[in-house]
Amino acid sequence: MDRRKSLKSIVLGSVATGLLANGCKPENDETLPIKKAVHDPVKWRTEYENQELADIKEEGSFFNEYQKETMAVLCDMILPSSDQFKGASDANVVDFIDFMARDYDSESIQTTLLGGLMWLDHEANIKCGTSFKMASEAQRKSILDGIAYYDPEVSERDRPFEVNFFTLVRNLTMTGFYTSKIGIEELGYKGNMPNVWDGVPQDVLDQHGVSYEPEWLAKCVDQSKRNVIAKWDENGNLIS
Amino acid sequence: MQIIENAKIYDAIIVGSGAGGGMAAKTLADAGLNIAIVEAGPFFDPADPKQQTQLKWSWESERRGKATRFRPFGDFDAAYGGWDIEGEPYTHKEGTKFDWFRSHMLGGRTNHWGRISLRFGPDDFKHKSIDGYGDDWPIGYDDVKPYYDKVDKLIGVFGTNEGLRNDPDGYFLPPPKPRLHELFYIKGARKSGVPVYPSRMSMLTKRINDQRGVCFYCGQCNRACQVYADFSAGTCLIFPAQKSRGQVDLFVNSVVREVTTDDEGRATGVSYINKEDRKEYQLKGRTVILAASACSTARILLNSKSEQHPNGLGNSSDHVGKYLHDSTGADRAAFIPDLMNRKVSYNEDGVGGMHVYSPWWGDNSKLDFPRGYHLEIWGGMGMPSYGFGFNVNDFNKFFGTKVGGYGDMLRSDAKKYYGAVVGVSARGESVARKDNYCEIDPSVVDEWGIPVLRFRYKWSDLERNQARHAHDTFEEILTNMGGELLGTKPGREQDYGLHTPGRIIHEVGTTRMGDDPKTSVTNKYQQLHDVDNVFIVDAGVFTSQADKNCTWTILALSWRASDYIVDQLKKQNI
Repeated sequence: MDRRKSLKSIVLGSVATGLLANGCKPENDETLPIKKAVHDPVKWRTEYENQELADIKEEGSFFNEYQKETMAVLCDMILPSSDQFKGASDANVVDFIDFMARDYDSESIQTTLLGGLMWLDHEANIKCGTSFKMASEAQRKSILDGIAYYDPEVSERDRPFEVNFFTLVRNLTMTGFYTSKIGIEELGYKGNMPNVWDGVPQDVLDQHGVSYEPEWLAKCVDQSKRNVIAKWDENGNLIS
Repeated sequence: MQIIENAKIYDAIIVGSGAGGGMAAKTLADAGLNIAIVEAGPFFDPADPKQQTQLKWSWESERRGKATRFRPFGDFDAAYGGWDIEGEPYTHKEGTKFDWFRSHMLGGRTNHWGRISLRFGPDDFKHKSIDGYGDDWPIGYDDVKPYYDKVDKLIGVFGTNEGLRNDPDGYFLPPPKPRLHELFYIKGARKSGVPVYPSRMSMLTKRINDQRGVCFYCGQCNRACQVYADFSAGTCLIFPAQKSRGQVDLFVNSVVREVTTDDEGRATGVSYINKEDRKEYQLKGRTVILAASACSTARILLNSKSEQHPNGLGNSSDHVGKYLHDSTGADRAAFIPDLMNRKVSYNEDGVGGMHVYSPWWGDNSKLDFPRGYHLEIWGGMGMPSYGFGFNVNDFNKFFGTKVGGYGDMLRSDAKKYYGAVVGVSARGESVARKDNYCEIDPSVVDEWGIPVLRFRYKWSDLERNQARHAHDTFEEILTNMGGELLGTKPGREQDYGLHTPGRIIHEVGTTRMGDDPKTSVTNKYQQLHDVDNVFIVDAGVFTSQADKNCTWTILALSWRASDYIVDQLKKQNI
């Protein structure tokens, strides 16, 4: 493909139309150079990185089936599904953690994850006479209640292993979920798309008790003239 | 193995395609010259879907954007390379530290940089006259001003004319409005007497020509812009150079080993290794322009030994590699309770990086350190990526409630604290010293057989005192914002939080300019004192760094030197 030409058409396409100054719904702005992110399933990394990634994937799973099932039960207790919310499994969080356990620089978490799963079953056997995943929800909760809370003023090195294990799984579950499509939707993040930034909405300014100074705003970009080519006088004053 | 020679004789061979090399290429090609650009890494165009990372979602990375050895600023960052490149080591002396960031690709490190585009001011060229440290430049602000003006107009930078004496006005595009956390910063900083202005960065908030697009505010300049609305050397200089009236031959994946010379000791061209076939080649040119980055250029010169230049090319002064200095860096963050429970009703990605900043405001004659720093501000409701939700409710400790847990409470904690952390970073000037340097390590080569660099670098109390002052400033401003400071304040034993030298990636000074050939490597036109047809257009020529980022000055100086090269070639003086 002639990428120079395709770029040209993207850039020129944005010149062709005039500007609609509609601050509220910038994602519909006709003048934006690209309407919507194009997500072709292209291999966007370098050949070197793609090879590394292929090697990691070829290794196969880090967890065995039993460990995966236990992880799924654990992650779904961290972020359960309900009528209101999607859960960790809906975002394939265990697959994400499995990948992270095989990725670059992952040695530090491998032992914690494997050891922690053993600890969970040991604890469940002693307390409930069954494995963690086979225990009842109440039994599982009683185990988690003992390891889920910590004093942030105490350094990680000085906390019990099982608390650190659960912190690791909670962190990875939260990241895995809130970086997934459903997690980002739940959070409500509105970015990562072409738009025209024109300041903080008034209701948000009011909520946080701040305001713009007129002198400052007077210096800022007039978005209705963003497509007019810049010109200056000899003193550096913008005149277009 | 035979070295393969290319019969063509170029007017100029430019080594490196970052800010300095890109500007030289554009200027020389516009003048109709035949040039070769030799770049150690691959071709890169952020408009190519196969290389583009802009607007990808976190879930499009298996590791959700987490850094790798190859992309230490995250999986979507546009810079290939990093601190630690496989097969291309560097070493250290006397247990000192220097971290060297290299990005081998078309456009080099400009593909991911912060685009903070600050002119040096009049004082920045004459610091020895002011405080007695280091040396004055052989040129002053008035020599460079016309080129800063031209760079502003050619490349585009937003900002405002504020009439500040040492942070000069320019030809600015209008800045974007501040974000919510930046309004908090403005209040907090002013309460401490720290002035705040719109930042000065090279993104196009307004159209400057029909070849480049206008910013669409995705906040991802570090991923390089597919409509070329931010400055990268490839998109804004090399591509236009290829379309201008000169002849431009681009050699990628080509690592320059040395500058070749004739019996009189003048440069005849360069030899390089083609990474694809691992063979060595030679190019011939009337001039050689080095723009490989401060340390890489020093390495090439030191490795270019001959009978005429036994100490390395341009190194009769023994100054190549000396006076290496990076910006100082220190940071602190705080949790701002007044920024809790934010509405996510709007997109505040903005431009990549800050919309406001504080240039240096202090009077060093009354302080225990001679050079200043500027403040950068970060925060906001960014796209969640790897690390989001880690220790999600640690801030509960400020309210006396339990930390940790599981279940839906974690969801409300994540939302409650989303966008409530603000950070401030200081980026300051260190003093250039002869005993901070890079040199050739005679016992180590890289996988291309080229001897590598060995670094020796130590901070002094001048930098430590500056960092201590910066941390006092962070604490004051963040507290003024109602913030709860995060982490602990670093003390003397942690060098007051100074980052390892090299970490700010503003290294300069290794081939400094000066009037005296005994104490400098190039003259004020960036021409080697020892060899009249070799020029240096990267940050190696900086006699001193300023409390500013170096790129805008690299560009202005490279343009100035390139005008001189064109003139000298036309007059057949070189």
